[in-house]
Amino acid sequence: MKFISEYRDGDQVALYLEEIRRCVTQNWSIMEVCGGQTHSLVKNGILQLLPPEVRMVHGPGCPVCVTPLHLIDQAVYLAMQHGVIMCSYGDMLRVPGSKYSLLEAKAQGADVRILYSPLEAVAIAQANPDKQVVFFAVGFETTAPANALSVLHAQRAGLKNYAILTAHVLVPPAMEAVMEDEAASIDGFLAAGHVCTIMGIGEYGPLAARYRIPIVVTGFEPVDLVQGILMTVRQLERCEYRLENQYSRVVKPEGNPEAQAVIRSVFAVSDREWRGIGTIPSSGYELRPEFEAFDAQKKFDYPIEKAPESAECIAGLVLKGIKKPQECPQFGKKCTPQFPLGAPMVSSEGACAAYYHFAQALETLA
Amino acid sequence: MCLAIPGKISTIETRYDGAVRVAKVLFGGITKEASLEMLPQAKEGDYVLVHVGVAISVVNEEEAQKTFEYLAQIGEIDELIEHTQV
Ligand code: SF4
Repeated sequence: MKFISEYRDGDQVALYLEEIRRCVTQNWSIMEVCGGQTHSLVKNGILQLLPPEVRMVHGPGCPVCVTPLHLIDQAVYLAMQHGVIMCSYGDMLRVPGSKYSLLEAKAQGADVRILYSPLEAVAIAQANPDKQVVFFAVGFETTAPANALSVLHAQRAGLKNYAILTAHVLVPPAMEAVMEDEAASIDGFLAAGHVCTIMGIGEYGPLAARYRIPIVVTGFEPVDLVQGILMTVRQLERCEYRLENQYSRVVKPEGNPEAQAVIRSVFAVSDREWRGIGTIPSSGYELRPEFEAFDAQKKFDYPIEKAPESAECIAGLVLKGIKKPQECPQFGKKCTPQFPLGAPMVSSEGACAAYYHFAQALETLA
Repeated sequence: MCLAIPGKISTIETRYDGAVRVAKVLFGGITKEASLEMLPQAKEGDYVLVHVGVAISVVNEEEAQKTFEYLAQIGEIDELIEHTQV
């Protein structure tokens, strides 16, 4: 754990914290949607520095955590097929499927590779014309341009052996789902800065108005988070509910138009199942029919049954902010980052893993 | 996976018969490739935020350096190095 003075702009963090303490008069629950922000809040000990009135609730903003079990099983199934090279981001490999994770498939001889970028997968496809290369394309809006570009690059190169298994989710519909759930009583949102770098902030104004809730687009560093929380608390105390942009040094209101155009040309908005939450209408992307040849969902058959979720994992409640990770009976017992029962314990951006590492850090300090 | 990392464009080349601009981007001591298709205005010497191999916005030098230092502090850059070795 760190002390405020060690932060970049530590004095500024202290000032914002002081200002939050000064202006807060009642209890507020604020949800940060982005897993990167959860990670930063927990890792930097900010939760402990906030006044008791301000309760941070951790949202569903970890794409790895919300990827349905069945899709992971499909990826594992494909990876085990002869002649397939399965690629994805590191976090995705350790997520437990109903039988195996991709990493366990790899241990059994499957060709599974961790990549930094889907564009590298296209290069692998070019270098291995006798193999089928599949990229397990998970992510929020931030990651969509890269996944879309990989398809366009493969098309330009005339590749017949590249496909993506799409598991794309969108942030605003998830915020709506949280607001529609009565058990999740949220008073304000910090919206994810890097998602808005791509998509702009236009979608959030109407949400703020419809649900009468402040939404502040926020970065992920301590000073950003604390300022974003202050802006939210100020609105709440004044009974305002507006969209504000704390992260304007990076996020332009219109986002990145080139990226949006590429996303639109490759992906269409579709309903998506969120692990632990259920199907949310218009909450993800699928490849447009023109790109069917690059759609691993259509290109391959998956003779596997849909497996039930683990009965012990309460990830759905954690992802909607209804329960804290440590309220899960398995937290730190049967479920640890080494042996995760559910996805939020796998990814460094998942709430359960963030709390687990933090609890360990506290013990070391004590 | 969700964070974008700032780096400096050292050189730019084109691929697919000039259709795609690709940059070598310096992150501290590491060089990685990034597509510039989302940033037609980006030029050599610019600082850009790179997310999974794609540059998504141009940022100023001071912001880039401060953010990079912060990411290095919290260990996010290690992840980049790890992934480079695969
Ligand atoms: S601690 Fe483990 S079992 Fe409990 S909700 Fe989190 S991931 Fe699921």
